[in-house]
Amino acid sequence: MRITQGTFSYLPDLTDDEITAQLQYALDRGWPMSVEFTDDPHPRNTYWEMWGLPMFDIRDAAGVMHEISECRKAYPGRYIKVSAYDASKGRQTTALSFIVNRPADEPGFRLDRQEVSDRRIRYTTHAYATDRPAGDRYSSS
Amino acid sequence: MSDRWNAGVIPYAEMGYWQPDYEPKDTDVLAAFRLVAQPGVPPEEAGAAVAGESSTATWTVVWTDRLTDYETYQAKCYAVEPVPGQPDQFIAKIAYDLDLFEEGSIANLTSSIIGNVFGFKALKSLRLEDMRIPTHYVKTFQGPAHGIVMEREYLNKYGRPLLGATTKPKLGLSARNYGRVVYEALRGGLDFTKDDENINSQPFMRWRDRFLFTMEAVNRAQAETGEIKGHYLNVTGATMEDMYERADFAKELGSIVVMIDLTVGYTAIQSMAKWARKNGVLLHLHRAGHGTYTRQKNHGVNFRVIAKWMRLAGVDHIHAGTVVGKLEGDPNAVAGYYDTLRLDHVPADPVKGLYFDQDWASMAATMPVASGGIHAGQMHQLLDHLGEDVILQFGGGTIGHPMGIAAGATANRVALEAMIKARNEGRDFLHEGPDILQAAAKHCRELDVALSTWGDITFNYESTDTPDVLATPTGL
Repeated sequence: MRITQGTFSYLPDLTDDEITAQLQYALDRGWPMSVEFTDDPHPRNTYWEMWGLPMFDIRDAAGVMHEISECRKAYPGRYIKVSAYDASKGRQTTALSFIVNRPADEPGFRLDRQEVSDRRIRYTTHAYATDRPAGDRYSSS
Repeated sequence: MSDRWNAGVIPYAEMGYWQPDYEPKDTDVLAAFRLVAQPGVPPEEAGAAVAGESSTATWTVVWTDRLTDYETYQAKCYAVEPVPGQPDQFIAKIAYDLDLFEEGSIANLTSSIIGNVFGFKALKSLRLEDMRIPTHYVKTFQGPAHGIVMEREYLNKYGRPLLGATTKPKLGLSARNYGRVVYEALRGGLDFTKDDENINSQPFMRWRDRFLFTMEAVNRAQAETGEIKGHYLNVTGATMEDMYERADFAKELGSIVVMIDLTVGYTAIQSMAKWARKNGVLLHLHRAGHGTYTRQKNHGVNFRVIAKWMRLAGVDHIHAGTVVGKLEGDPNAVAGYYDTLRLDHVPADPVKGLYFDQDWASMAATMPVASGGIHAGQMHQLLDHLGEDVILQFGGGTIGHPMGIAAGATANRVALEAMIKARNEGRDFLHEGPDILQAAAKHCRELDVALSTWGDITFNYESTDTPDVLATPTGL
């Protein structure tokens, strides 16, 4: 399967040139970039690991691209996303966020159903990857 | 003014309701009415009559006014201006003292402002065009249960409009078949699916069955994509108790969003907004019925006022027009609605029909929903007109796809992401839109089929409701 989180998951994976263009769009708006990675792609896993602090002072896309490359080298088999943050009053939230690296094989999710009374079902989304210990979830992770 | 207190009938203008020198206070509620007076009634008198009948006046002098500080409680018509190009029509601006209104009550606000006055015989017609709610009053309302920022953070979806679809056919599906439509649309790439306004609890599908099958569909689609998905479960019912029962059940099943119709009334909407904040569930509002009083230019209430009331009342989503779809929506007027829902400070702009500055004092924003006769081939126009904080709902444009519902959803999602990508790359996406879509369709057969099915479908009818200003630059 292919998880479809992030702004561009339904397009073919962006090339580095295409990623650079998106980074430049965000930087031109004064949005600092950050890189995060994880081996737990559960849709409600909010806190991916931070690849360093948000890059508040990096103004050119090449600098951000460099950090993405370093993160890919360190964690080639994990999900990596790059996000732009809009700190302006009234927003103070992520403005753009998309995946820039995926594991070669994405095992996806199982839906667990707990059958309770009156035909009700309690659902849990279970990431197959998390059956293995953190750090050992994908080949070459 | 010595005759002011003589028993009998005297013109409203002479009773203090016409005050052309009045300077509105920062705390006043302001209203702009479009009025057509009966023959022989001067426009200032008509404006004064509106001020009177929407505040303290009755048809004759009453001595009991003198037991009050009546000059505070009288609304003041402070300006009457002719409408360009409409010989009989005038805009009357009226100021109301803050003390006239109960804190945090849309019902009370509207019982004054649109209470009796719309049936007043001395007027041929009357339309409430806009209001300025002072921040002192804004702060007495809860506002959106969660708002745009919180919704995005909860959904983990940024940088693009959200996508939805209304389940079709809107009436007649069994709960089991209904859930099939939801599952296919969500797994194909939509963020939300939606009950229609008139799906409540009918003989062919009772609400509880619909909720159970729909949540199975939502959770299946979520597991299949790894994305958070939702379905607006319409909890509209005959009584508040019914609605709470349905909403509580939706929450218990894990639904992230419930829905109500505008027809439930302002007080029920405010009650559900409080429920939605308390329970962490998004609140979607369908504006069912609004066209009966918002569409005609000379009488009723402009939708921009309804939008303002609903943001105060506290809904997270409201249908606000598409511009390019099948339903009424002049581009400039729709831009005014969207500004009213999304901005923190909305500057007056006659071209958009906004008569007053409106400051929201950090109240959360309401997500506008564009729904009705839109399809993937219009993606560049939709993005240009409506921007990024909007839910684009493609009902027929998803479910009617020749390859199936999931394919229709995928086509819409690919078209959207391709357009956002092109926009961010600095391309002139409005003019290059068809090329951008064709290029995206090369790697997506679903989009290719969608474009060849609907690519040139448009709804180019003249709008009924347009702002009246000189040199209005309107048109698609």
